[in-house]
Amino acid sequence: MDNKNITLFTRIKDSDVYFSFIKSPTAILSTLILIIIFFCSFFVELVTPYNPFDPSSLSLMDAFTPPAWTEEGLAKFILGTDGQGRDMLATILYGSRISLIVGFSAVIFALVLGVGLGLSAGYFGGKYEMFVMRFTDVQLTVPSILMALLVDGIARGIISRELHDEMAIYVLIFAIGISEWPQFARVSRAATLVEKNKDYVSASTIIGVSNIIIMFKHILPNIMRPVLVIGTIGLALAIIAEATLSFLGVGVPPTTPSLGTLIRLGNDFLFSGEWWITFFPAIFLVILAFSINLLGDWMRDTLNPKLN
Amino acid sequence: MKPKNLLRILLAFLFVFASTQTFAKTIKWSMQGDSLTLDPHAQNEGPTTQVSRQIYEALVTRGLDMSIGPQLATKWATVDENTWYFYLREDVKFSNGQAMTSEDVVFSILRAKQPTSDFKEYISTISGVKAIDDYTVQIKTSKPNPILLNQLSNIFIMSKEWCNENFAIVPQNWDASQETFSATNAMGTGPFKITLREPNTKTVFKRNSRWWGSMKDNKVTEIQLLPIKNAATRVAALLSGEIDLVTDAPVQDLARITSSAGHKVESTPQMRTIFLGMDQAADKLRTGNTGDNPFKKKAVRQALYQAIDIEAIKKKVMRGLSEPAGIITFPGVNGYTKDLDKRLPYDVNAAKKLLADAGYPNGFEVELRCPNDRYVNDEAICTAVVGMLGKIGVKVNLFAQTKSKHFKELKDNQGDFYMLGWGVPTLDSHYVFHYLYESGASWNKVNFSNSDVDAAIRVMEGEVDLDKRNAAIANAWKIVKDDISYLPLHHQVISWASKSDVDVPIRPNNEPLFRFASFN
Repeated sequence: MDNKNITLFTRIKDSDVYFSFIKSPTAILSTLILIIIFFCSFFVELVTPYNPFDPSSLSLMDAFTPPAWTEEGLAKFILGTDGQGRDMLATILYGSRISLIVGFSAVIFALVLGVGLGLSAGYFGGKYEMFVMRFTDVQLTVPSILMALLVDGIARGIISRELHDEMAIYVLIFAIGISEWPQFARVSRAATLVEKNKDYVSASTIIGVSNIIIMFKHILPNIMRPVLVIGTIGLALAIIAEATLSFLGVGVPPTTPSLGTLIRLGNDFLFSGEWWITFFPAIFLVILAFSINLLGDWMRDTLNPKLN
Repeated sequence: MKPKNLLRILLAFLFVFASTQTFAKTIKWSMQGDSLTLDPHAQNEGPTTQVSRQIYEALVTRGLDMSIGPQLATKWATVDENTWYFYLREDVKFSNGQAMTSEDVVFSILRAKQPTSDFKEYISTISGVKAIDDYTVQIKTSKPNPILLNQLSNIFIMSKEWCNENFAIVPQNWDASQETFSATNAMGTGPFKITLREPNTKTVFKRNSRWWGSMKDNKVTEIQLLPIKNAATRVAALLSGEIDLVTDAPVQDLARITSSAGHKVESTPQMRTIFLGMDQAADKLRTGNTGDNPFKKKAVRQALYQAIDIEAIKKKVMRGLSEPAGIITFPGVNGYTKDLDKRLPYDVNAAKKLLADAGYPNGFEVELRCPNDRYVNDEAICTAVVGMLGKIGVKVNLFAQTKSKHFKELKDNQGDFYMLGWGVPTLDSHYVFHYLYESGASWNKVNFSNSDVDAAIRVMEGEVDLDKRNAAIANAWKIVKDDISYLPLHHQVISWASKSDVDVPIRPNNEPLFRFASFN
């Protein structure tokens, strides 16, 4: 056991990926920021004593408290409070947890669907491939935000209103996932086409390994590099898509706000001088998306220079 | 081209330019919601009447000072206590050129009494109406009615011929989502006519050249209503000059608008009280979790009442621009007293105890229905209420939606717990009782029913002795206040913001009268 761990560690340490990572300050910085954000979002109960999702714990008289460093600010609300008396910092962290959960789940959903279809299309070829790839072409002509709006609208029509608030997150994940899968399908098909003519695939076919095993055990690990790069960039896109939908009012309900919902709610107070209600969630979203994108850029350069 | 011709052309252009600048001016008007329908008898709702009021006229009307004065009728007389004569103006033409006669008045009053009309409660005491000659109308009431003129000021007169031609003899059935010609078109005797109607987007009013009256400022030739739901967007449109007048300026932005050199803000207490209703008739709440209806118990209603910190709502949500209310009527209405308007004290511990004594120590769950584009900060008030009731253990789920759906579903008896606002256009308590408290009344969605109150309403309708009538009103208010049938919140204060050079007089019923608008 011990021995294996050391090997794994040394393997990582000796790899070109690690070398490239420690040579890239942007990658280190963005990873650091992301680790902090992830920790604070998923262990938010340890970071802040407030629970903004529990309306009975709020006091309306605390509403519109400016950030702590301004004249009227209070030390207990570092970034101030919003119009309902929710602590901004706690609300942002709880909100970013929702944004991250939706973003990750949507990307994983799109990845499984896209890679599954793209890999099989590339491997089997023929009419099946043509059908799948034309279908992705058609879907790519529709902007992904429109696609997500469409799915959300249909879901609202089908799901009863009582259930809708509870289902909102799943609907969002499905809506964003379904709008992003063609990217994964295209990349994985292209990579599969390259891989499937290589000798190891022919060798497996000759010794009679089944198609499923060849596809998922032998080809899949070899096409994961470009897929991961697309996935990282897709994560940032998914988080922004979630914020956009919530900003438009079709995302998560205002009682459990995500970052986009927070920005929308704060927008009403822009003219009245209560800038912090919309500014902090917005800047937080920018930092989050920017860090993921920087990390994605670095991964693209390192893992798959051809994609450049 | 000869220089002289060029000069002429330039002069012509200059003239056209200058004349359009001086004589033709448009007022672009915005608020958060739109009129629900152009049919003047289909919906008794603020913005709907605000739009109808520009196009249609009534026999009598309230002027800028809110007192009743002549409009289509020049004078009126009673021969006995149940018979009224109205003498009409003889120079009135509809905007399509037809002359208005007593036939149109008779038709319109009967139209407003149809089952699909939302104004039938206004004129329920009218038992007969007939044309004596072309310009005299006789109205019979079933009992002496001291507030008939107040009520008639909201019954708009339509053209009988136009309604016949366009299959609009009965009012649009709004509750059943009926689509009619009269819901999207309007043709009246008023100072404006509608030339373009895109619901929730744009409505264009042009001057009616056949109008009998005179405008305060002839430069006002066109009004455009451009509803903008989002508060910040509405203020941005005003500040950038895209909009000239906002009749529901968001309270949080008044300071910003006032600080702009080219804009001004006016505020006045509005004739409207905001309150929450709780269905007390259903055996089981549609959205509850206890299997019964806690609202049937007065202690529960009182617990919710005392859990609401109205001063916090006033300070934080309304920014001081509201007046906490104890009853659903406001100063200036016959029957209002300061004493009645006192609220029960805000007391969380008392509320918790009341709730526990009523058998709900752990509270209960219910859905609060709320409009999000009707009243000042309506959704924000509801959100605040959710938090306050949460503190006594009542888990409230907020469901906010656009006003047309909110009102429709409310009338369809889908609400357990809802927000509503009530104005009193007749300035008499009878209007409130007749719509909100009478057994089976159309907006009595709490299903309050009390035979004493019903009897008092009968007295209000038929008693000409004002002392006896006022005693009945006072008694009825006392009964409904003690019963806590509704949870009153506050009287609204409205603020209008406009460009400094656009002058539209603010009125406490929030209705702009563009015939009194001017540019300076």
